[in-house]
Amino acid sequence: MEQVIQLEKVNKWFDDFHVLKDIDLKVERGQKIVICGPSGSGKSTMIRCINRLEAHQKGHIVVHGTELTNDLKNIDMIRKNVGMVFQQFNLFPHLSVIDNISLAPIWVKKLPKKEAENIAMTYLEKVKIPEQAQKFPGQLSGGQQQRVAIARSLAMNPDIMLFDEPTSALDPEMIKEVLDVMIQLAEEGMTMLVVTHEMGFAKTVADQMIFMDEGKIVEQATPDEFFNNPKSDRTKLFLSQILNH
Amino acid sequence: MINDMSPYLNSNKIFIWSKKNLFSSWINSIMTIIALIFIYKVGTFFLNWAIFEADFITNFRGEIITDRTFCSKNIEVGQHGACWSIIFVRFHQFMYGFYPVEEAWRVNVIYALLPLALIGILFDKLPFRKIFIYFTFAFPFIAYFMLYGGPGLSVVATNKWGGLLVTLFLGVTGIALAFPLSIFLALGRRSNMPIVKSICVVFIEFIRGVPLITLLFTANVMLPLFLPEGVKPDNLLRALVAVTLFQSAYMAEAIRGGLQAIPRGQIEAAQSLGLNYWQTTRKIILPQALKIAIPPIVNTCIGLFKDTSLVLIIGLFDLLGIGRAALSDITWTKLYYEVYVFVSLIFFIFCFGMSRYSLYLEKKLKTDN
Ligand SMILES: Nc1ncnc2c1ncn2[C@@H]1O[C@H](COP(=O)(O)OP(=O)(O)OP(=O)(O)O)[C@@H](O)[C@H]1O
Ligand SMILES: [Mg+2]
Repeated sequence: MEQVIQLEKVNKWFDDFHVLKDIDLKVERGQKIVICGPSGSGKSTMIRCINRLEAHQKGHIVVHGTELTNDLKNIDMIRKNVGMVFQQFNLFPHLSVIDNISLAPIWVKKLPKKEAENIAMTYLEKVKIPEQAQKFPGQLSGGQQQRVAIARSLAMNPDIMLFDEPTSALDPEMIKEVLDVMIQLAEEGMTMLVVTHEMGFAKTVADQMIFMDEGKIVEQATPDEFFNNPKSDRTKLFLSQILNH
Repeated sequence: MINDMSPYLNSNKIFIWSKKNLFSSWINSIMTIIALIFIYKVGTFFLNWAIFEADFITNFRGEIITDRTFCSKNIEVGQHGACWSIIFVRFHQFMYGFYPVEEAWRVNVIYALLPLALIGILFDKLPFRKIFIYFTFAFPFIAYFMLYGGPGLSVVATNKWGGLLVTLFLGVTGIALAFPLSIFLALGRRSNMPIVKSICVVFIEFIRGVPLITLLFTANVMLPLFLPEGVKPDNLLRALVAVTLFQSAYMAEAIRGGLQAIPRGQIEAAQSLGLNYWQTTRKIILPQALKIAIPPIVNTCIGLFKDTSLVLIIGLFDLLGIGRAALSDITWTKLYYEVYVFVSLIFFIFCFGMSRYSLYLEKKLKTDN
């Protein structure tokens, strides 16, 4: 299988706080990886290093054969192929839904406006809210906003998608509509790295589960093994806490 | 509903309102009465002076006033009213300075077009806004041609400009030039590049730490040193440079406030989509930051507009300078109140307009969110 992401002994510090410690991770094309772990364990930081929203200080990160360094050209290239969905949606409040989605195709891919808007509409249909195209983000529910954010990322036609707790800012009744979109995306073969504590979702789509604690990958296993037969005590403790929750 | 409209209930409402707000206690009632007496006294005194007992074209004997000795108050002891003739006689100077009388229509055209050039940038929901904005960008060239001259129009050197023309020229041009400069300063101050950042910080802090008068003097003395021998930059241009730099530093700080209010997530979302620094800045950050920063920006503009009157110390005749020149004319001397009240009134009209606009924007921002 073709490897699309490689992390090799990645280390990162915030000043003198050691957030990521010797992270090793390989992701193959089409793989779905779900990352969990206690708050502050470095999950967000790790996936944000993959599209260089954070810079690592030691080790290597290679995406599609291109190593992430300070070289802006490489960073631009990788960001075009890696989409990201945030916990807080981060839609652009001054732009309508359709402008939010067509912005990057117009400015980054240099597509004509008309074509970019057609693409935007295609993805809005995919996330099942084409009728909201002309509204502004502030007029949508949380679940709708997050689906727009997913459509916005997809409109750049990335082959890897990063999700950082996409449902944890949502009211419970809206979580399913967002997870459904993500499940559909997984079925279509997208490579996905998802930080989430939605264990039902993890069991449905994950090829690999990763448990992080204190900046390290403590355990990596298939969902079957991970949930039924975890090796580390910390994983067991964590699972008992969130599954009983 | 019907009852609400009856005059009886309306006056009753006023009664209830004033009872609640003005006469709620003994102390409050006394303060209200003292304040009313004070307002009445000052108000009647001023109105009598400025209007009812004032001379406009003629004095109380019906003679046309041609110099100060014809003012009623200078003829008879009991007369106190203002003598506005000085304003009428020198009206041309107040509006245009020493601009040739037969060319003054050119300035009038620009005065008339100025609101049209501003309206497009002031109101974002204006119908046909695009057309107005195009006009805004064409306006500086039209104004230059009309005011200074060129093919088909005689040249009027800037040392002939004065009065409201100089005040508006420095205010409007200074603000217009300072705006783009201040955006770069504000962005530069937040830049990751140490050299860019320190240049911007030093510039902003230096300008903000120095009175405008000093800048005006400096521009007056220093600017010729940067120009080739023999080229004498004109005084108005020197003042414009000083005013622009001064304004850009204050505006930059107002804009920086707006930039700080944009959540980090906005930048990250733009970056993760592959937008580069300038695209992120232009499409995502500035539209949001400037909207927030407009009210404080307008406040700095009000400050600048008034500060332009300082240019009289480097020998330019702005509105205030023209007023002082009028007072030093022996045929009109000593009519201080008339001149200063008139000059203040003009400044007040413009500054009050900007202030109301800023309030309107604040309200609009609140309802927009
Ligand atoms: N910009 C930053 N500067 C300094 N410290 C930071 C910064 N961002 C994160 N940290 C710290 O790094 C640690 C890891 O943060 P991270 O956000 O990666 O954790 P997380 O596993 O995603 O946690 P959560 O589940 O709460 O989102 C935390 O202790 C956090 O306080
Ligand atoms: Mg996190």
